[in-house]
Amino acid sequence: MEKFEKITGVAAPMPLINIDTDMIIPKLFLKTIKRSGLGVNLFDEMRYDDDRNEIPDFVLNKPAYRDAEIIIAGDNFGCGSSREHAPWAIKDFGIRCVISTSFADIFFNNCFKNGILPIVLPEAERDFLMKDAENGSNARMTIDLEAQEITASDGTVISFEVDAFKKHCLLEGLDDIGQTMAKVDSIASFEKQAEVSRPWV
Amino acid sequence: MSPKTLYDKIWDAHIAHEAEDGTTLLYIDRHLVHEVTSPQAFEGLRMAGRTVRAPEKTIAVPDHNVPTTEDRVNGIDNEESRIQVEALDQNAKDFGIHYYPVSDVRQGIVHIVGPEQGWTLPGMTVVCGDSHTATHGAFGALAHGIGTSEVEHVLATQTLIQKKSKNMKVEITGKLKPGVTAKDITLAVIGETGTAGGTGYVIEYCGEAIRDLSMEGRMTVCNMAIEGGARAGLIAPDETTYEYVKGRPHAPKGAQWDAALAWWKTLYTDEDAHFDKVVTLKGEDIAPVVTWGTSPEDVLPITATVPNPSDFSGGKVEAAQRAIEYMGLEAGQKLTDIKIDTVFIGSCTNGRIEDLRAAAEVLKGKKIADGMRAMVVPGSGLVRAQAEEEGIAQIFIDAGFEWRMAGCSMCLAMNPDQLAPGERCAATSNRNFEGRQGRGGRTHLLSPQMAAAAAVTGHLTDIRDLT
Ligand code: SF4
Repeated sequence: MEKFEKITGVAAPMPLINIDTDMIIPKLFLKTIKRSGLGVNLFDEMRYDDDRNEIPDFVLNKPAYRDAEIIIAGDNFGCGSSREHAPWAIKDFGIRCVISTSFADIFFNNCFKNGILPIVLPEAERDFLMKDAENGSNARMTIDLEAQEITASDGTVISFEVDAFKKHCLLEGLDDIGQTMAKVDSIASFEKQAEVSRPWV
Repeated sequence: MSPKTLYDKIWDAHIAHEAEDGTTLLYIDRHLVHEVTSPQAFEGLRMAGRTVRAPEKTIAVPDHNVPTTEDRVNGIDNEESRIQVEALDQNAKDFGIHYYPVSDVRQGIVHIVGPEQGWTLPGMTVVCGDSHTATHGAFGALAHGIGTSEVEHVLATQTLIQKKSKNMKVEITGKLKPGVTAKDITLAVIGETGTAGGTGYVIEYCGEAIRDLSMEGRMTVCNMAIEGGARAGLIAPDETTYEYVKGRPHAPKGAQWDAALAWWKTLYTDEDAHFDKVVTLKGEDIAPVVTWGTSPEDVLPITATVPNPSDFSGGKVEAAQRAIEYMGLEAGQKLTDIKIDTVFIGSCTNGRIEDLRAAAEVLKGKKIADGMRAMVVPGSGLVRAQAEEEGIAQIFIDAGFEWRMAGCSMCLAMNPDQLAPGERCAATSNRNFEGRQGRGGRTHLLSPQMAAAAAVTGHLTDIRDLT
């Protein structure tokens, strides 16, 4: 997995609340058996009209935000289905960090598995960053995972919380399965004991 | 010992390893797999030279992509869908996991097949690369959706890296009024808490109105726990649960049954156990409800009118405005005046035999409205067979419904069953997101009874006025 240490980039404002995974990547694109190449279809129904022309009003189609690496989002981002295609598409587009007041649980977890950092902030701080993001490509933010700090374009520093284990994995780019495999003895002894206590399983 | 919730008990029974910071390797008893979220996971295993740790605990069935017309025996036309289903056929074979192919009468929606075959049992941990895995919580199993990386993780290690969620209690007291169903309960709860109200929690549903529900009804309630943002929904097992489970193909038998039962009977929340959040609704206050917008929290009693965006505050004002426009409605319009083009009865929320019986009861001797497109899609081949045997299928057919083969169908429109832009559907499924049932399609979520009523009248209808 790609490491996440520090990024500096343009942030796109997406104030709509409850942006669901069907909006992030419509089901049409779930038929792939690969993980890559979904970036062009990120937010597909909001991004293109029926003739596949870009809708100029959509934030990621605006010149200022075409290379955004950060999304500042309305409440409850990523609700809906468990499709990991959503973070795959986000990552493939080039977004490495999403900031909101809340995220749906499965989406939140899926981000960490793909080198994307989801950050939860109180409403006032999210709103401040939303305003900052509205300034377009002049407003570059820096996200420093090690220090757990966001620096807005005017130099304001906002600190954020992140689970220590997840932070460690992101910083090091660690693969979960490899780490769990190292604990295979614990799993094996659990299985042995479960065979006795719950043999019907 | 300090008192524990049901969730605490199941969690504690599945800890394979716990780090100092609480990061836990949770052992997984059942892993359900479908064709959409698994190909990349199997591919990952192959690339790393790994195997499936517990193939006997892994069950696969194709459901999202499969057509629901009878000609599907001749193969799937859509190339991408066909490739995905074929990939699952191959992966199931290569890795030696239990499999119900499209040609098997037991095939159906993964969350219907699991319980039906007795794979889902009380006290288990159950996961699937699908958010509606919450359904299995109806058995008092800790069940939740996972992403594809986690599917791969479970395949390889039979565990998940987890941090414990908080405990939330949703109590529905008293009795339901006539015409009110499990679907109305679960929608009413989301209307109350919002789609993020359960984020960070595992919900235990309890109270008299929940106890009174059949297993089918309980599955409907837990199915939509995810729409309230919760990691999982749970209902403590009781006689209703044991009765349902007993005799199913993969349920324990003989002495094992007795041992299992003895343990299952310890699976309840201790008195005085701590809940971090409590929501209480009176059963008698719940009305038959429908959704008017594009989020499952946009719930109102069928007697209400389309709200005005200015009734809301914060980000919801804009969201409501957008939803009303997308849905082609007007603020103040009576919900019962909303005309319906299509009725869809099915999905893992309401595709079980009891749902079909309830809808058929409404349709008996009636015809669907002129120009109405109505389809019923049983949740599994076995539900379909049973409905045919009970004569329910004939009631649907006589009323003018299409009688389909099992699958997810129009719940998510990854298969040929889709809405056209602007087409308005009364659906018994669980999501009314923009484009969920087809690009530009408009979805109103409701119970099977209310869906049947809308099919007959041609507009959203209060079931209590029809009978
Ligand atoms: S019926 Fe709908 S919600 Fe259920 S598993 Fe299928 S697509 Fe998902």
